[in-house]
Amino acid sequence: MSDLEAFRGEIRAWLEENCPPEMREPVRSDDDICWGGRKFQFKNEAQKLWMERCAAKGYTVPDWPKAYGGAGMNAAEAKIWREEMNRIGARPPLSSFGIWMLGPALLKFGTEEQKVHYLGQIARGEIRWCQGYSEPGSGSDLVSLQTFGEDKGDHWVVNGQKIWTSYANKADWIFCLVRTDKTNKYQGISFLLFDMESPGVSTKPILLISGNSPFCETFFDNVKVPKHQIVGDLNRGWDVAKYLLGHEREMISGAGGNDRLNTIGAFAKRNGLEDPLLRAELAMFDVDALAFSAMGEKFLDEIKVGKAHPAQPNMMKYAGTELNKRRHELLMATGGSAALEWDSEASGGGSKARTWLRTKANSIEGGTSEVMLNVISKRILDLPGA
Amino acid sequence: MALYHNEDQAMLADTARQFMGEEGTIGKQLRHWRDKQCKDGFGHALWKQFAELGFTGILVSEADGGLGMGHVEAGIVLEEIGRNLTPSPFLTSSVMAATALGGGNDELRGRYLPGLLAGDSVFAVAVDEGPKHRPERIATRAERAGNGFKLTGSKAFVVHGGSADMLVVAARTAGADDDQDGITLFAVPKDAAGLSQDAVRLVDSSMATYVKLDGVQVDADAVIGEVDAGRELLTRVLNAGRVGAAAESVGVAGGAFDMTTTYLKQRKQFGQLIGEFQALQHRASHLYSELEIARAAVIKAQQLLDAGSDKAELMVSVAKAKAGKAASLAVKEGVQMHGGIGMTDEYDIGLYMKRDRALAEFMGDMYYHAERVAQLSGY
Repeated sequence: MSDLEAFRGEIRAWLEENCPPEMREPVRSDDDICWGGRKFQFKNEAQKLWMERCAAKGYTVPDWPKAYGGAGMNAAEAKIWREEMNRIGARPPLSSFGIWMLGPALLKFGTEEQKVHYLGQIARGEIRWCQGYSEPGSGSDLVSLQTFGEDKGDHWVVNGQKIWTSYANKADWIFCLVRTDKTNKYQGISFLLFDMESPGVSTKPILLISGNSPFCETFFDNVKVPKHQIVGDLNRGWDVAKYLLGHEREMISGAGGNDRLNTIGAFAKRNGLEDPLLRAELAMFDVDALAFSAMGEKFLDEIKVGKAHPAQPNMMKYAGTELNKRRHELLMATGGSAALEWDSEASGGGSKARTWLRTKANSIEGGTSEVMLNVISKRILDLPGA
Repeated sequence: MALYHNEDQAMLADTARQFMGEEGTIGKQLRHWRDKQCKDGFGHALWKQFAELGFTGILVSEADGGLGMGHVEAGIVLEEIGRNLTPSPFLTSSVMAATALGGGNDELRGRYLPGLLAGDSVFAVAVDEGPKHRPERIATRAERAGNGFKLTGSKAFVVHGGSADMLVVAARTAGADDDQDGITLFAVPKDAAGLSQDAVRLVDSSMATYVKLDGVQVDADAVIGEVDAGRELLTRVLNAGRVGAAAESVGVAGGAFDMTTTYLKQRKQFGQLIGEFQALQHRASHLYSELEIARAAVIKAQQLLDAGSDKAELMVSVAKAKAGKAASLAVKEGVQMHGGIGMTDEYDIGLYMKRDRALAEFMGDMYYHAERVAQLSGY
């Protein structure tokens, strides 16, 4: 038996013993997701137990180094972990922006002390993070951001406003882009970390067209941030942000066509599909969706061996989000009037309509489709003046 | 299996790219034979060179003297053929007919494969019977007669039929026109009595024929595979042709796209390079995305076919439809972005548009294959 097969045996046995049966049920709504953090209310004992057992073994972040709360798995081992999790339908023990976004940035740009401290907290589910990037006047043109940190010797005093801060009202800490030099556009931004309970921080949820409020406005009024809470060098926060945006785009692009065994047409047929033109649209969509899932597979294969163009995540993000919007337009069309229900029990609280509306943000958040096309023009096609 | 070329395949791609980029160019081949009004539409000397490089036997087993490679490798050659619009009988002979002959007995393979490997023979495949690809319905009949069969019917869009030494003909030996079963494949020599062909030059300057089978008598040893049970082998031939045409489409699209982006970086209007206009940048970038996705679908389908996967059928149709969609967009945007000169015969971009149109029809267009995706998915 190879080492990897032995490893698989160990993982399988551990999961069998430690994953509670309730945590092998599919995730039905946002309610079922374990976000961790100081304010988090576990839905039940099983959810808490599952997170804690995984955290103790480093399995909440299996591919992070052991010293920072991970299990130190290499790529092949992490793949086995995912496969074994999928095999029993296990829910992720912990989901968070700390794991997806801040973690990778700290692993690349953080000091040893920061890694031990912050990554450990993330891995154990102790601190829930939110991301402070966009501002009311700085959306696609993020680098024009105005939130300012005034140098006060051993700390900065931060004033300004962020917007589209995901779950800011539920988060414990924020990683935030703050201008620390008004004379230099790109090299005048720093990447700061601070506690959302600091005096002067306030949040206000934004009601969206989906009727939900996953995003907030976040206000900073003379917030004191100690100097050691900076990631990377002073005024070089844009480097960190760019690195993280790449991650975010990869994450969002995954929302497109991957891991879908059933075509959308097959799904529609179960609900009665009588319109030949709609059927034709579904078929053309399924061609694109199945082709894109091959693209997803190819992209991951190429990333592993460094064959993918560094700007390719922008293409994946563009194509994946546009495809997902089309998918939900077609799901609404196949659902007919039943898909319009907003709060009935039968419709799962209007999940079809709300999800359809939610997908409209896919091609806006994390860089709009138009910005993605700009990046492809410049970095991949090398078009003049792009 | 990773969805990119391994080292051997990357080497083959280098060889094919260099060879086609030197010998198979639009100037040396497509325009040359077109302007000569060549009745073959391709050059036999180039076909001999294909043979010298081993390309003609790429899908022929090693036991039969070929390279014993797969659809990924055949697709590598086809992509370069597409990029250079190189006219050749590679797809019909070395991909489709070779796949058919692979299902034939020793005698049949011994009769035809050496000529193919040497680049002396050209083969064609006669399946379609009308202007659209509908292989589910085959009306051409083969009745037992004497020591063999008598074939009656007509075939259309037989690419390179007029140049072919042998035609692979799909005929019905049992059942009704729409039956799945009852199909038999025949290797019909070009000079068989009762066989006549009307040659037509197509929009892309390639040659095809309408074939008339007027009681064509063939011996029993002309049967490829089994009598009445040829549907499975026919499907293999069609899938080889479809994924091959998809690979060629990706090449056509890539060639048109490269020409177009080059032009965007050269042509000035209003005092600036037209590639500086965001209206064109975004369309070029969207096209890039579509081409990348089409390329992924094609290599996925090639690998599944080579692995004998039961998902290959679905993915082959996805690949043919997606490559067709992407290539069609590439040539239309190509002509539009070239402006007036895109409409001239002197400029090559229009040749890409013509080739794409012919390839789109060959072995089923995107509508046919989207329909198959729906059916194979159960709706």
